[in-house]
Amino acid sequence: MNKSLSEIFNSYPNPSPDLLIPLLQDIQEMEGYLPHDILKEVSRFLNVPMSSIYGVATFYNQFRLHPPGKYHIQVCRGTACHVYGSTDLMGILLQELDINVGQTTSDGLFSLEIVSCIGVCGLAPILTINGEVYPKVTAENILQILSDLRSKANNK
Amino acid sequence: MNATIYIGSGTCGLGAGAARTEAVIRRFVREHNLTVEIVPVGCVGLCSSEPIIDVKMVGKSRISFERVTEDNVIALLEPLLLHEQLPDSHILGQYRDRRCEHWVNVPYLDQHPFFARQKRIVLQNCGVINPEDIHDYFDKGGYKTLKKVLREKAPDEVCEIVLQSGLRGRGGGGFPTGAKWEMMLAKTDKEKYLVCNADEGDPGAFMDRAVIEGDPHRMLEGMAIAAFATGATKGFVYIRAEYPLATLRLAKAIVQAEAAGALGKNIFGTGFNFDIVIRKGAGAYVCGEETALMSSIEGLRGMPYPRPPFPVEKGIFGKPTVINNVETFANVPDILAHGAEWFSTIGTDKSKGTKVFALSGKVKYTGLVEIPMGTSVREIIYDIGGGTPNGKEFKAVQMGGPSGGCVNKENLDIQVDYDSLLSIGAMMGSGGMVVMDEDTCMVDIAKFFMSFITRESCGKCTPCREGTRQLLHMLEVITSLPCTDSEEEQVYRHSLLEKMERLCRVIKDASLCGLGAAAPNSALSTLRWFRQEYEEHITEFHCRAGVCPLDNKLPQVNNASDSSESPNEPSGNDSDTSE
Repeated sequence: MNKSLSEIFNSYPNPSPDLLIPLLQDIQEMEGYLPHDILKEVSRFLNVPMSSIYGVATFYNQFRLHPPGKYHIQVCRGTACHVYGSTDLMGILLQELDINVGQTTSDGLFSLEIVSCIGVCGLAPILTINGEVYPKVTAENILQILSDLRSKANNK
Repeated sequence: MNATIYIGSGTCGLGAGAARTEAVIRRFVREHNLTVEIVPVGCVGLCSSEPIIDVKMVGKSRISFERVTEDNVIALLEPLLLHEQLPDSHILGQYRDRRCEHWVNVPYLDQHPFFARQKRIVLQNCGVINPEDIHDYFDKGGYKTLKKVLREKAPDEVCEIVLQSGLRGRGGGGFPTGAKWEMMLAKTDKEKYLVCNADEGDPGAFMDRAVIEGDPHRMLEGMAIAAFATGATKGFVYIRAEYPLATLRLAKAIVQAEAAGALGKNIFGTGFNFDIVIRKGAGAYVCGEETALMSSIEGLRGMPYPRPPFPVEKGIFGKPTVINNVETFANVPDILAHGAEWFSTIGTDKSKGTKVFALSGKVKYTGLVEIPMGTSVREIIYDIGGGTPNGKEFKAVQMGGPSGGCVNKENLDIQVDYDSLLSIGAMMGSGGMVVMDEDTCMVDIAKFFMSFITRESCGKCTPCREGTRQLLHMLEVITSLPCTDSEEEQVYRHSLLEKMERLCRVIKDASLCGLGAAAPNSALSTLRWFRQEYEEHITEFHCRAGVCPLDNKLPQVNNASDSSESPNEPSGNDSDTSE
């Protein structure tokens, strides 16, 4: 067991099955996704069968079973964003990145996800990249954002 | 010279670039050796003017500036901080403050059309105080009410006051809060739980986020009072994972409140104990439904189960549980401070107090609006929101998210309260209000909500899981050209509205939980008020908003492949991912 995982486990002194979701959230924050090997340790720690863990992990939108891209794009699909044309933004992203929702580009650079509403409806349409909010995104500047990130990644 | 600069640092402010503005201000202050304190605050509610910066110079009243970006902040601040001269643009207004000298020829903030008609109870401190410093809340009289309640009142008295005030649940259902608390108080179990539902899943609603980001202690104080009134031993705040900043500020607030003796063991030395634990949601809309929420807190898939028994009888881990929404709790400190009578004079006969709405979409001023119940929808959209921008014509306002419905132009004068809205097929819900103009297709909106619901249905009961999928399919057929012009397909197309209505009734009647029972509302309400748009789609292949890929064409066989590639029209089973 690696050090940070034992730190996470130690922060729960009284393991019980109701701690499953907070634990999975901690692990995803650490690893970026939920690796199978770690889930096995969680199963032993909480005494919850693997089937239940996968049942929970696949039920909730937040959890990922595969690593996200270097830039994790979340497109807000709230009502205000829809009214301001987030369907078109989604179309551009799907075409430009050539992946489906929930997938990562083959170079590992971008991953794409839908979130139901980030609650910044006043600045719609919105998307977030690695948690940073991009307000009032247009069809033109979304391509600019992608190419900026691409060149930023190449320069490193 | 001394000054304090307040920076609107809610998620909306930061999204608009407040952090970059702040960095420029800090550099400027350092370069000029100014003694300036920089204080983060939540969102004052006028999201469309973010980033908002307030400046309070010693002896002068606090003044608010709108759209202060990294590019213009120096030009605005330099004359002000160095020469006490006001810039001639970007001024939103000044605060009223009797102890200070006022700026000449600057309007007051409460005269701004967006604020003038509002009555702020829940939002009174949002954007004004530092949410990360409990002393700011103390300065506003915070936790005084809790202290007074613990020392002077008995639990049943508190329940009675809340019942008399007429406060009803602000999460959407509208159950009388005092009645729920009394039922819980009557339970004699050793352990009882209190849950704050901060899982604001409705797309288009963000008032809970703003309250927690701007004034978290108000909600915590309300929870502590509720715990005392109901005999709860432990509290949970179930908050959305999509709100990281709110979660962070809430966690800080809990630590500070515990250190100040306002939460935890032996609160204010009265022997009353109450702990609050944060549980982050994991992105499932159905978890706003109380039984699903409780399953999620227990560490299970967030699936609802039939009631009765109600949570007050048998809730989390089988123990009695009271669940209230953020805004409900945020109303409680003021009700106890000013009395039931004060609260019940605000609002209408059956809906007391104020309601916070999240106004967004095609409207000039977007943001948070708190108005007394009974205000008309027209006043909110035109007088407060400034109407639709760019001279476009107003079409509808969607209220209550996927569970709610639309208010059309003819119904704009309807009062905002629980019962009036239900009478026209809309609902208060948690308070999202998305304005739509002539560029929005109402059939497309129904399809949008149905695709949301199919994605978020937990799948436990058949009417919701399969029924909503069929509804979505029908809406997809209506918004796209037929594959062939065969008679069979035409007959099917023309029978769709009737089929939809029947299916909606079945889903409504037969679903297990609130999500399913409300799932057809968007379709039903658009069918009711915008039936003509549906008929145009079906018979004339015409979308008057130009959103659906129809374009008046008569169906031809080769059109099928063109339209299926359009991003507007997800095809078949991929709808839940490509939409």
